[in-house]
Amino acid sequence: MSYVLGLKCRECGRLYPKEVIFVCEYCFGSIEVDYDYDAIRRTFTKAALASRPKSLWRYRELLPIEGEPTVGLSSGFTPFFRAEQLAKRLGVQELYIKDDSVSHPTLSFKDRVVAVALTRAKELKFDTVACASTGNLANAVAAHAARAGLKRYIFIPADLEAGKVVASLIYHPALIAVEGTYDEVNRLCAEVGSRYPWAFVNINIRPYYAEGSKTYGYEIIEQLGWRVPQHIVIPAAGGSLITKIAKSIKELQLLGFVSEAHAKLYAAQATGCAPIVNTIKERSDIVKPVKPNTIAKSLAIGNPADGYYATKAVLDSGGWAESASDEEIIEAMKLLAETEGVFTETAGGVTLAVAQKLIEQGRIPRDESIVVCITGNGLKTQEPLMGRLGEAVRIKPTLASFESNFSGQIAGASAKTTRRAPAGAREA
Amino acid sequence: MAVTVRIPTPLQRLTQGQGEVSCDGKTVTELLGDLERRYPGIKERICDESGKLRRFVNIFVNEEDIRFLQGDQTAVKDGDEVSIIPAIAGG
Repeated sequence: MSYVLGLKCRECGRLYPKEVIFVCEYCFGSIEVDYDYDAIRRTFTKAALASRPKSLWRYRELLPIEGEPTVGLSSGFTPFFRAEQLAKRLGVQELYIKDDSVSHPTLSFKDRVVAVALTRAKELKFDTVACASTGNLANAVAAHAARAGLKRYIFIPADLEAGKVVASLIYHPALIAVEGTYDEVNRLCAEVGSRYPWAFVNINIRPYYAEGSKTYGYEIIEQLGWRVPQHIVIPAAGGSLITKIAKSIKELQLLGFVSEAHAKLYAAQATGCAPIVNTIKERSDIVKPVKPNTIAKSLAIGNPADGYYATKAVLDSGGWAESASDEEIIEAMKLLAETEGVFTETAGGVTLAVAQKLIEQGRIPRDESIVVCITGNGLKTQEPLMGRLGEAVRIKPTLASFESNFSGQIAGASAKTTRRAPAGAREA
Repeated sequence: MAVTVRIPTPLQRLTQGQGEVSCDGKTVTELLGDLERRYPGIKERICDESGKLRRFVNIFVNEEDIRFLQGDQTAVKDGDEVSIIPAIAGG
């Protein structure tokens, strides 16, 4: 059963059939999926949701596929939790983490978009999928395509972190490392895509792909007990996630799931690549591209396709934007790990650092509900942390060696009488 | 010799299916004018009513985004390659 009426140009409103169309042929505007919300309303209810599997496909009616989902059946419905210790450190009352660093199977929110994109690509009878990626999308396309039995071509900038390269190669794709920035990879892929009959997830099937990000927003609201938080801090690369979180809130409001649906949205970027933040701060509607230079490589998109819409979504919501330096990114990654036990990638460091700044600036009030969007895993971006975390204490395999290194630090015990130092003794 | 212009898929219907065409001009603006003379109707897809490039169109001269050069006044010469590319999502 399909709930998709067709495709529609976001700029001029021209209608298209639900095929492989990714920009309006008349104005180059981006193409959006047009749903039959009256039909959706009949089956998509809180009662129905209660008995559905805990994956992103529980929101099936609001995703642009025709039949049953076939890819990413275990993706989504990631942890959402109240971050008490972090809240104390930031001096705020009600803080939540939405944690896609443990998304199945590739540890980032890109599992969501790829689950939708590849289900649709199979429906459209493609046998080969491809993408241009800053890393996380590469991992997700490689993994999901392997399991779906699709051929896969993955294009990345040649300077990506080792973790992201390995986490693509393991699924045996054709991995193409392009000597250039992500924006150059993207331009190349647009040209490759026009020559080969592939489903390029972020290009020719983008209207379907991008809808997967809405599930991140639905989950925040559902996991908060069908409540819309007052503030959501969101990382921005191409800007799509911000626009799709905004759409998820509007849709749940339209369907009567939430009444007062007002959330202020905030864009987070690295100072070394902040075209969307710049546009928001200037309250402009022209996004000026930049040449990225940041450790947050997953956000290093200098020419963001959805920059205009992301800016609009943020400003319309009454939100704002801020950027974080490389130093601030690393400190925020450490803070999240030390307070909440979550090891996020550099992009998560960006988001948390920006949340901190906005709180300190008074843009986000300390007594209102705040959600920080963590979208990727730190194991993939270890390079910037090397030499920044202290080192393991190397000892001989003897009690004497251990105690000569640690006895002075273990409270309530001297080296001679301590027989067992309990785990966590240093904090006791 | 002339400038090679790469045409994106959505506009290839206007170029009789050709992915690459030849045009003349000293700047990007002149080039688009010549493109329109050869393939009537194509310019209004790329530029808005006031003649400015549409928001979601990116133009590259020899692989460099013209917004990092001189915009639509960027110079072009024989043998250059110009790509017209819609904005692309990513991550």
